[in-house]
Amino acid sequence: MSVIVKDLTKIYGAQKAIDQLNFETKKGEIIGFLGPNGAGKTTTMKILTAYMPSTSGTAEVCGHNVETESQEVRRLIGYLPEHNPLYKEMYVKEYLSFVADIMGLSDKKARIADMIEKTGLGHEQHKLISSLSKGYRQRVGLAQALIHDPEVLILDEPTSGLDPNQLAEIRMLIREFGKEKTVIFSSHIMQEVQALCDRVIILNKGKIIADDPIQNLQYRVSGQRVIHLHFDSEIDVSALAKIEGVSKVNTTNKKEVQIIVESEEDLRPVVFKEIVKQGWVLIEMRQEKISVENIFQELTVDA
Amino acid sequence: MLSIYKKEISSFFSSLMAYIVIGLFLVVTGLFMWVFTETSILDYNYAGLDQLFSMAPIIFIFLIPAITMRTFSEEYQQGTIEFLFTKPLHDWQIVLGKFLANWTLVILAILPTLIYYYSVYQLGSPQGNVDTGAVIGSYIGLIFLAGGFVAIGIFASSLSSNQIVAFLLAIFLCFIMHWSFDYISNLPFFYGTSDDAIKRIGMSSHYLSISHGMIDTRDVIYFISVIVFFLLLGIHSLKRRNW
Repeated sequence: MSVIVKDLTKIYGAQKAIDQLNFETKKGEIIGFLGPNGAGKTTTMKILTAYMPSTSGTAEVCGHNVETESQEVRRLIGYLPEHNPLYKEMYVKEYLSFVADIMGLSDKKARIADMIEKTGLGHEQHKLISSLSKGYRQRVGLAQALIHDPEVLILDEPTSGLDPNQLAEIRMLIREFGKEKTVIFSSHIMQEVQALCDRVIILNKGKIIADDPIQNLQYRVSGQRVIHLHFDSEIDVSALAKIEGVSKVNTTNKKEVQIIVESEEDLRPVVFKEIVKQGWVLIEMRQEKISVENIFQELTVDA
Repeated sequence: MLSIYKKEISSFFSSLMAYIVIGLFLVVTGLFMWVFTETSILDYNYAGLDQLFSMAPIIFIFLIPAITMRTFSEEYQQGTIEFLFTKPLHDWQIVLGKFLANWTLVILAILPTLIYYYSVYQLGSPQGNVDTGAVIGSYIGLIFLAGGFVAIGIFASSLSSNQIVAFLLAIFLCFIMHWSFDYISNLPFFYGTSDDAIKRIGMSSHYLSISHGMIDTRDVIYFISVIVFFLLLGIHSLKRRNW
């Protein structure tokens, strides 16, 4: 277990930022923290990185308590804070060398070169950080977090404000790193969580409202998939409703039909055979999983 | 700690900060010592550096807060403090590294004034007729005084994310620590009873006492205590994030 969080609570004044959080993470797991603004994602991360103490409860990183052994924890963690604070008056290489010094790395030069290569900073390595664009600054922030090869990588909204290419590259880096180490990252972009994570923890108002592998989560809310059908002429929908596994058939004009499926098995072949048997002309068929986005909304709006 | 020290020093020299501080101090003391007739050494008839050492605290009270005001305020403002606090560094290492770097810069600003000593030494009649002991003492006193001001400035900077607030607060605290006790001790209420004791709470009496060329361990211990006291306050003020 790389990160163990037990009954973690943080109270700012009268407001509970996080309330009795419990979760554990394994090595080689990529975990997405999802939640609306003010849900407690950043607070949880700040406690895990030993930036501030919790009000009650405990958090452990690789067996070290975050509060009593904070120096060890800081050594094991790589952290990219939300707004990616950097010393803008420093040069990229100078900055990485400063971080390497703080971490006390012995093979400093090799690590810096490795980070520059991995994060694609080759052309920018001799530039001032203040002259870099947002995407490159984000890479510097990531290089800084990864330079000591941490056991746990904590990223607070690492992809906000990046263009699609940069997004893809940073995601690739995270995925690469997540193979051997633990990655915890927060995001409010659902597709990203869907694309990257093995597991999603959804927070709302300081509480965990869902903690599931991503596949399970997709069936969790209503366990439903939808098959959209489009015909060239009106059909008799009652024939479709008789297929086993179909729970409901919706139609507006008898040409466009939505079939709601509850069973785990893929019903599209069965549906297609039925259509052929009836002799209808099908012009479109597609299946939709209920996305994390829908789940997120459903869980957080009325929670 | 060493990494923080190195980073701070290099940021002084990569910005204009270091050059301005060193140049400014040299120019201002130079003007008072050699150009302005009221304080010029050339009309003073004594070969000594008294003008330099009486002017220096007045210049430092503005110059040092200007150097130290960014120390923590800038880190708060830019959010880089979160970077420092999540790296394996103890709070005291951060404070001490920054203190030593700022102090080094001030000492580097003091060093070029040795040219003035050399000039006065050459101009003395007969040549070399300078109280070298007093000069050495004064330099040591000045370096300690600068250390005290830097520690105060760093504490002030750790209190606010606004550099102007940090600057003004540091000037005020430096004034309190340096001169105010002299003035308070002159109040008739204390006259003849505790005026001497009150005077010795302030930095200026200890600075003057070292300037005479006699390095008293009491003065040295006093300055070290002031530095340690304000650095501890600074470390304590960083702990505010835990509240």
